[in-house]
Amino acid sequence: MIRPDADVLLEISGLHARVEDKAILKGVNLTLRAGEIHAVMGRNGSGKSTLSKVLAGHPAYTVTDGTVTYRGQNLLELSPEERARVGVFLGFQYPVEIPGVSNLEFLRVATNARRVQLDQEELDTFAFEDLVRERLKVVQMDPAFLDRSVNEGFSGGEKKRNEILQMALLEPLVAILDETDSGLDIDALRIVAAGVSQLATADTATLLITHYQRLLEAITPDFVHVMAAGRILRTGGRELALELEERGYDWVDQELAALELG
Amino acid sequence: MGLSTVSAQSLSGWTSDLLARLPAPSGPLAAVQERGRKALAALPAPSRRQEAWRFTDLALLVGLDPNSSAALSRGDATDGLAPQGTSQSGPGSLRLKLDGSSDPLAGVCLPAGVSPLSESELGLALGHTLAATGCEQHWPVELNHACASQLLALRIASRSQVSLELVSDAAAELRPLRVLLILEEKAQVQLCQRLTASAAGLTSLVLEAHLGRGARLEHGLVALGQPDAALIAHLALEQEPESDVSLVAVSAGWGVSRLEPRIVQVDGSATTTLRGLQVVAGDQIADTHSHMAFGGPEGQLDQLHKAVADGRGRSVFNGAVRVPRAAQRTNAAQLSRSLLLSDRARIDTKPELEIVADDVRCAHGATVSCLQQDELFYLQSRGIAADQASALLKRAFCEEVLRELPAPARLWCPFERLLAADGSEARPVDGLGSGLEGLVGEGG
Repeated sequence: MIRPDADVLLEISGLHARVEDKAILKGVNLTLRAGEIHAVMGRNGSGKSTLSKVLAGHPAYTVTDGTVTYRGQNLLELSPEERARVGVFLGFQYPVEIPGVSNLEFLRVATNARRVQLDQEELDTFAFEDLVRERLKVVQMDPAFLDRSVNEGFSGGEKKRNEILQMALLEPLVAILDETDSGLDIDALRIVAAGVSQLATADTATLLITHYQRLLEAITPDFVHVMAAGRILRTGGRELALELEERGYDWVDQELAALELG
Repeated sequence: MGLSTVSAQSLSGWTSDLLARLPAPSGPLAAVQERGRKALAALPAPSRRQEAWRFTDLALLVGLDPNSSAALSRGDATDGLAPQGTSQSGPGSLRLKLDGSSDPLAGVCLPAGVSPLSESELGLALGHTLAATGCEQHWPVELNHACASQLLALRIASRSQVSLELVSDAAAELRPLRVLLILEEKAQVQLCQRLTASAAGLTSLVLEAHLGRGARLEHGLVALGQPDAALIAHLALEQEPESDVSLVAVSAGWGVSRLEPRIVQVDGSATTTLRGLQVVAGDQIADTHSHMAFGGPEGQLDQLHKAVADGRGRSVFNGAVRVPRAAQRTNAAQLSRSLLLSDRARIDTKPELEIVADDVRCAHGATVSCLQQDELFYLQSRGIAADQASALLKRAFCEEVLRELPAPARLWCPFERLLAADGSEARPVDGLGSGLEGLVGEGG
């Protein structure tokens, strides 16, 4: 939903970042307003996942230039946990398995960390169980997964559902979903996409990072950005995703080459 | 007290001083004392030139004053957990406080199925399992023999079920503890043992248990020391067929600790489950040398040893498994997993499998890792602070062993205590309130 007067939630400006000595982001500009769904597409190695990790504060990446402003605040100054608490959520491409840590309690501690930030009362075990059972419906997840260790032994689809469950509990204002569609079969994709659509409201912004058009059939983006060589090369509407699907990424390479020559 | 390298000569000197100052042999163990002193005088003291002590320096002992060692301990600091003397916490249940110098059974009313060993029984049984598990001429055992003037020796009658709690707090320089348990056929014993140190000193434990056919021993040992205290323990267990041993040993906080669980399945066909967790920080050394021997076919071993090393701490694990020709169809698995938390900490871990039988399954493995950055980041990305996230991961690592402690022993060893005992400051879990409580679950 595009409303030009909606609040800007996230403003990325001239963002450069590197991992070790390799520059990956080379001047990303992107503005996310409340109510908007953005899709970032691009080949492997174009910098899509790096963008998501830099926004979440992954320690392996160093920002070398540019700014990221979240609701008027310098996001880059915040630790990863502070970013999560203020309402920036990263759905992982490869959710991490943590043996020995109970999923249910992990979810509760994370939820309470966010609630404290929002001046809401922390939930005890019982109150949290009620909440989590309600939110499980968003992703049609089996409650049995709550009793297991975080993501341990989960299938690809179950891990992604668990990510969206976390999103449903943390109620972020900006959700960045890194290839949430990868490793999902058709049914799981539909469920996860329905969950994401349900959680995208007039007050939130969603950044979908994906290779494929198929996720965008289930979640209609307001903007589609094509990323290549660490920057956003072109921005358009839904039709841009269809064009990519049809023409492949070769023309992106040509456009990039022309740009670099120019 | 530093743990700098010291020559065997000075530990030998310390031993000679100790021997010279010990009171004349007396009490129920007089004959054992006499033999032990002779043996100790003749044995070379452990030094890093000996393979079995290659990584473990007992220099800490040399700093202890043999004068007060000779006096042995009298009276105890109250530890707030165990009442003075004894108490019975239920039918078939017994809590005893061991101080190494007084008769632990004085004035105690034993529960049904439990009886003290007579002098003639003692003569036959004492040392039997030590010999069967190859502990003869072991310096730590002879040290205990030389010094211990009291012992706890109990027979558990066939088919009875008993819960025993043994508590000792070493407030004195030397605390020799000697325990002998005879489990008759199908007897079941839950033994929870707590060793702590509230002052600089040495706790020396020698425990023997003989399990008759079909007997079961569930042994939880929780040993929480302090940086100027040492623990040397031999746990010798002898299993008849169809018996079942579960030993869960947790140690943290000792300047130096050496645990030697030594188990023999005399005719195989028994089940042994070993779980170990040792935590070191500062300049601490924790060493577990386990020794498992199968004397017959179809024995089973399931062993997991875990270690956490921080600071300049050093963790040593040596897991010997002996499968001779007679032990066909043995099924043994040993896994050592270590968490290295500092650049200056050190882990030495070594399986030592000797397999002669040809129809056996003997698996072994060892891993050493740091806290996983991707796990930390994942937790942080959900709003959990970095220090809380690392405490959580450490806790999850330890919990795999802690959760297998028998229930009463588990109460002695909450994770916070384990962290506090490792010589570092206890890390508060502020900001989460009681949130971390229960965060570590049973796993998938």
